[in-house]
Amino acid sequence: MDAFVRHTGKAVAFTRDNVDTDQIIPKQFLKGIERTGLGPALFHDWRYQPDGTPNPDFELNRPAAQGASVLVAGRNFGCGSSREHAAWALADAGFRAILAPSFADIFFANCCQNALLPVRLEASEIDELWRRCQQMESGEGGYQLTVDLETQRVTDPRGFTAQFVIEPYRREMLLRGLDEIGRTLLEESRIAAFERRLAIGAAGRAS
Amino acid sequence: MTARTLFAKVWDAHVVHRLPEGPVLLYVDLHLVHEVTSPQAFGGLRLAGRRVRRPDLTLATVDHNVPTGDRTLPIDDPVAARQLEALATNARDFGVELFDLRSANQGIVHVIGPELGATQPGMVIVCGDSHTSTHGAFGALAFGIGTSEVEHVLATQCLVMSKPRTLEAHFTGRLPPGVTAKDLILGFIGRVGTAGATGHVIEYTGEAIGALSMEERMTVCNMSIEAGARAGMIAPDETTFAYLAGRPRAPAGAAWARARERWEELHGDPGATYDTRVSIDAATLAPHVTWGTSPGMVTDILGRVPDPAGFATEAERRAVAQALAYMALAPGTPLAGLPVDRVFLGSCTNGRIGDLRAAARVVRGRRVAPTVRALVVPGSQQVKAQAEREGLDRVFQDAGFEWRNAGCSMCLGMNADVLRSGERCASTSNRNFEGRQGRGGRTHLMSPAMAAAAAVAGCLVDVRAWELAELPASFELAS
Repeated sequence: MDAFVRHTGKAVAFTRDNVDTDQIIPKQFLKGIERTGLGPALFHDWRYQPDGTPNPDFELNRPAAQGASVLVAGRNFGCGSSREHAAWALADAGFRAILAPSFADIFFANCCQNALLPVRLEASEIDELWRRCQQMESGEGGYQLTVDLETQRVTDPRGFTAQFVIEPYRREMLLRGLDEIGRTLLEESRIAAFERRLAIGAAGRAS
Repeated sequence: MTARTLFAKVWDAHVVHRLPEGPVLLYVDLHLVHEVTSPQAFGGLRLAGRRVRRPDLTLATVDHNVPTGDRTLPIDDPVAARQLEALATNARDFGVELFDLRSANQGIVHVIGPELGATQPGMVIVCGDSHTSTHGAFGALAFGIGTSEVEHVLATQCLVMSKPRTLEAHFTGRLPPGVTAKDLILGFIGRVGTAGATGHVIEYTGEAIGALSMEERMTVCNMSIEAGARAGMIAPDETTFAYLAGRPRAPAGAAWARARERWEELHGDPGATYDTRVSIDAATLAPHVTWGTSPGMVTDILGRVPDPAGFATEAERRAVAQALAYMALAPGTPLAGLPVDRVFLGSCTNGRIGDLRAAARVVRGRRVAPTVRALVVPGSQQVKAQAEREGLDRVFQDAGFEWRNAGCSMCLGMNADVLRSGERCASTSNRNFEGRQGRGGRTHLMSPAMAAAAAVAGCLVDVRAWELAELPASFELAS
C-alpha cells in the first residue's frame, strides 16, 4: 500500500450530510474486475446530466473545485454499501484526504486500505473549513489545506489548526505504507495454533 | 467472571492475537463471496502469489448482477458476464466452492448461508457486502467488509479489527397484527437515525424479538447497517435451533448435541452492560413506509410527508428538501393513497419463503392494478422451488406479478431489473437512496404485505384493513 505522511492540496467544501456510497459510485460501475479507472464515474449521477454532459449545478463541477485533493465533507460520509469502489473512485479522481465530522464504519476502513486518509474533525471545525473554502476558493491555487498524519493536525496558511485522532494501528500502517496481509501472514504460527486449539475443520467448528 | 454481552462472548472466542497497537487479529469461521466485490481481491492474491488459506471455510455464489429471467438464455450484458466468469475462474483456481447460475443452491448470499445451515450461532462471518449483518440473527458476529479486507480474509482467514462499542436495542411488548419485522426495524432506524449506531454492534433483545421467527430476525439484523451498525445480533434460542436442525451444513448427531450445548451459552449475561441502550415498545408500532432518500426518512402509513421547515438544523432542512424534490413529494401529502408504478418483492431483507407467503396472503384472489408492474424475485433458487411446491408462483402470476429467478435484482438494479426515471416503487428492499433502483427512480421501503397491497391498490395503503386469503391447498399439504 502507498504511504500517507502529509499532504498539502486544494480543499473543496462538500456540504452534504449522509452521502452514501451509491452516490459516490453508482452500481453500473461495479461490474469491472479492476481497481483503477473509476475517477470519471465519481458522483456520476450528480455530476452528469442524463445526456452525459456535466451538471453545472453540481458543486464539484465548478471551476474553483477543479484539481481539489482534500474533500471537506458532511456527517456520516460514505454510509450504505461496503463497495470499496467508492474509495477507489475518490482516489482515482485525485483525492488524498477526506475531512468530515463522522464517517460510516466500512467506508472508513476502505479509505485506510487505499491511503485515502479519512480525518474526523469536530463539526464546528468542519463548519469553519467550509466557511474558509468558500471565502478563499477563488484565490490563486484555491484554498490550500495541509493534512499531516505524523502530527495528526490539519492546518491552513491563515492560522487554522485542528488536531485529530486516529487509531495508532491505522496511523502506523498508513505512515509506513505497510502491506497488511504480509504483516498478518507473519502471525501464521499463532493463526495455526488457534485453529488447532479450536479444531476448526472443514465443517466449521467441530468443537 | 464479569457479565458479558453476547457480542463480547463471540468476539473474545475469536481473538487470535492482540496486536501491540491495540486492535486484534480476529478469526473468521465463514467467508461468503460474491461476484462484485471479489475479483480485485483474487487478483491481489494472484499478484502476490498467495493462496486462499481456508477454501473449506469460504463459500461463493453469484447474486448481484445476475439476470432473473430465463436461465437457459445467454447473459445479455457482456460486462456482467465477464464478472461472473471471473468468479468461476477464481473459484476453480483457488479451490473455493461456488454455487453458480446452474446450481439449485444459487441465491442471494445472505439467503443461502442460513438456508444451507452454513450460518451458525457463535461464528464470525464476513462478506464483501454490507448486508452481511443478516447472519447476526443466529447469534453470529457477521459484518460487511471492503474488497481489501476480502483479500485479507482469503489470504489469512483473519481480520485486523478494533473492538466496536455495543448498543442494546430492547423491544418490549409484541408487534400488533399486520405489523412486521420490517416495520420494527424501520421504526428503530427512524428513531436512532442512519448514523445512530455507527461504531457499534447492535444486540436486539426483548419480548418482541424473542417472538420473531428466524426469517423475521434476519430481516431485523439485515437492516442494522441502515442504522450505521456493521453488525446486529440476536441470542440464539429454541427458534434458532429448530430452524437449524437438519439443514445440510448444520452439525448432526453427537456434533449437534455438543454444538447446541455451546450455543445455549450465547446470550447477554444478566447485568451485562452496553455502551448505548435504546428501548422501544413494539406494541406501539404501525406499518412503516419511507418517504425520502434514506432509510431514516420514514414514518408510518398513517403519516404524512414532513415539512423541511419542521427540522431542527439547517443541514437537515436542506437534506429533507433535497429528498422531497427527488421524490417529487410535497410536504403534508398523506402517504396512504400515493400512486406507485412498480412493486418489487425480494432482496436479502425480504426475499425468503415467509415473506412470499405473507405477500401471497394479500394477493391471492386479487389483481395487480392495471397501472402497476409488479415483480417477485425469490431470494434463492431454494426459496423459489419451495414457493412453487406451495403454489405461490401461481398465486402471484394469476394476480399479474412476474415470477423470476433468484438474485439481488431491483434492490440495487445492477442487472436489467431497474426503475425508469420518475417511476415510483413500493419495494421490500433495504435502501431508498437516490438512484438505488435506477437513476431517477423513487423508492418507498416497506414490508412484503404492504408492498403486495400497494401492487393491488395501485397506491400505498394500510394493509391492516385488508382481509387475508388462505394460501393454496398445496401449502397445507407441504407444511
